[in-house]
Amino acid sequence: MPKMLLAKLVKKEKLKEDIFKFSVEAPKIVNTSKQGNFIEIRVSENIEPFLRRPISIYNLDKEKGILEFIFQVKGKGTEILSKKEEGDLIDIIGPLGYGTFDYENYQNIAVIGGGIGVFPLYELSKNAKKDGKNVNIYLGFRNKNFVLLEEEFKAVSNKFILTTDDGTYSEKGFAIDFLKKDVEEGKIDAIYACGPLPMLKAVRSFAIEKDIPCQISLEERMGCGLGACLGCAVKTANSPKDAPEYMHVCKAGPVFEAKEVEI
Amino acid sequence: MNTQVNLAGIKMKNPVTVASGTFGYGREYNEFFDLSKLGGIITKGTSLKPRSGNKAPRICETASGMLNSIGLQNPGVEYFAEYDLPWLRKFDTAIIVNACGSSIDEYVELCKILNTLDIDGVELNLSCPNVKAGCMAFGNTYEGVKQVTSEVRKVLDKPLIVKLTPNVTDIASIAKAVEDAGADGVSLINTLLGMKIDIDKKKPILANNTGGLSGPAIKPVAVRMVYQVAQAVNIPILGMGGIINGDDAVEFMLAGATAVSIGAGNFVDPYTSVKTVLGIEDYMKKYNIDDVNDIIGKVQMN
Repeated sequence: MPKMLLAKLVKKEKLKEDIFKFSVEAPKIVNTSKQGNFIEIRVSENIEPFLRRPISIYNLDKEKGILEFIFQVKGKGTEILSKKEEGDLIDIIGPLGYGTFDYENYQNIAVIGGGIGVFPLYELSKNAKKDGKNVNIYLGFRNKNFVLLEEEFKAVSNKFILTTDDGTYSEKGFAIDFLKKDVEEGKIDAIYACGPLPMLKAVRSFAIEKDIPCQISLEERMGCGLGACLGCAVKTANSPKDAPEYMHVCKAGPVFEAKEVEI
Repeated sequence: MNTQVNLAGIKMKNPVTVASGTFGYGREYNEFFDLSKLGGIITKGTSLKPRSGNKAPRICETASGMLNSIGLQNPGVEYFAEYDLPWLRKFDTAIIVNACGSSIDEYVELCKILNTLDIDGVELNLSCPNVKAGCMAFGNTYEGVKQVTSEVRKVLDKPLIVKLTPNVTDIASIAKAVEDAGADGVSLINTLLGMKIDIDKKKPILANNTGGLSGPAIKPVAVRMVYQVAQAVNIPILGMGGIINGDDAVEFMLAGATAVSIGAGNFVDPYTSVKTVLGIEDYMKKYNIDDVNDIIGKVQMN
């Protein structure tokens, strides 16, 4: 059940010029959050900017009641958020989303992410590793300057591959090519993905082709984040072209079974 | 202190309702507060058959507001009657169903069914700007509004409120059509048709290109229209458009609204509607007003 509360910003870190990591005290939200959930932040008490910002959860510290999220400054909302200082209170609703990453039934899992889409994959990887799963992580970035959270993900993996499109750091190429190889060799039981749309499309098609369980985390422009406004529609797979059916990212998602949605 | 109002024959414990399409069928908000605190709930726009809605993106933010083009996605009246209505009836609040259709026949068929359900009233949606057929296509002329409303009136014994679009030249004449056709009340305003362009892609952000503007940005337009309609008709008005607190609600009531609806404000703060109830009471205390009905239409024009 989601809660709306004011959470204290206890730690603010700048990961890149435009990327920030916030740690907030929100035990009531943390207690009921699962990997794949998101939160909605109201960045201003005024009517401008008007809507809340949906942001994925990066890490949950259940003992301390700390929730961490990472965001990129993309517009006026995230810019205002980035100016908050330690000690400030942040207006949060969460946890949101009913579709979460489920790895319980699989032993050898692949976690694939790209760019700023890697954030919601950390809590999943951490929990899976703790539960004794064999966690294979594949992260792709545009070039050396875009690489994020390498050490953090490495620490929660059994195997870790990092690629850059141009080869300026680590492996050259696309993360999915390394994932494909491991799948072909029978090393993977299930795939979990979040990242840019072209990557998600490629992962989804591959998983369907190989008939391998796959969950993907999606985003779409949201109104309420609660399931009331029906704004964040995503097409249900195999629904008729002339009468398409839709699910909603905030309610059925943000994590979906890849074969159930059309992206 | 009396906060009860009678909106078109619907008795409500306070003048605050939630606007159609911003509150689903209530379940999401019941996780935050007891729905019995509301004067009434206007359901999501409901049609005779299920509707799947428009392509995404359906939402985009604008200055002090937002555009939406949901396209009336809803599970249809049968599902509502079986699944949502019995649940909603557990709460001590008025249930008003927003009814939408693509043709007069569809409106009539739908209202025949609604007439048999345990609901307090119907809000006839003649104003959704996001669907190709029906709705605003009927709602933007005197004749269209009068025709649909008259046909529905013949089959509906329950209180009938007609929701008006602001995308017209003279809203007072449209409201008159509602009154002439025998409806019990009017609600206004639905969203203003708008568009936002992504200047990098040189394309509108909404997949449907245009959408309905709501939020505080439209409030002055809505207050003006409520005032104009209040001068033109004798049936009660359900006022809405950008209300986010008690002060906003009082403004609408002074302009002539008997009750108000909270719309996009629900998205930003799920407690907006209940806070509005308290805000109205604060205003009444401040000015020693014993009966909320004494606010209605009391604006003194310059």
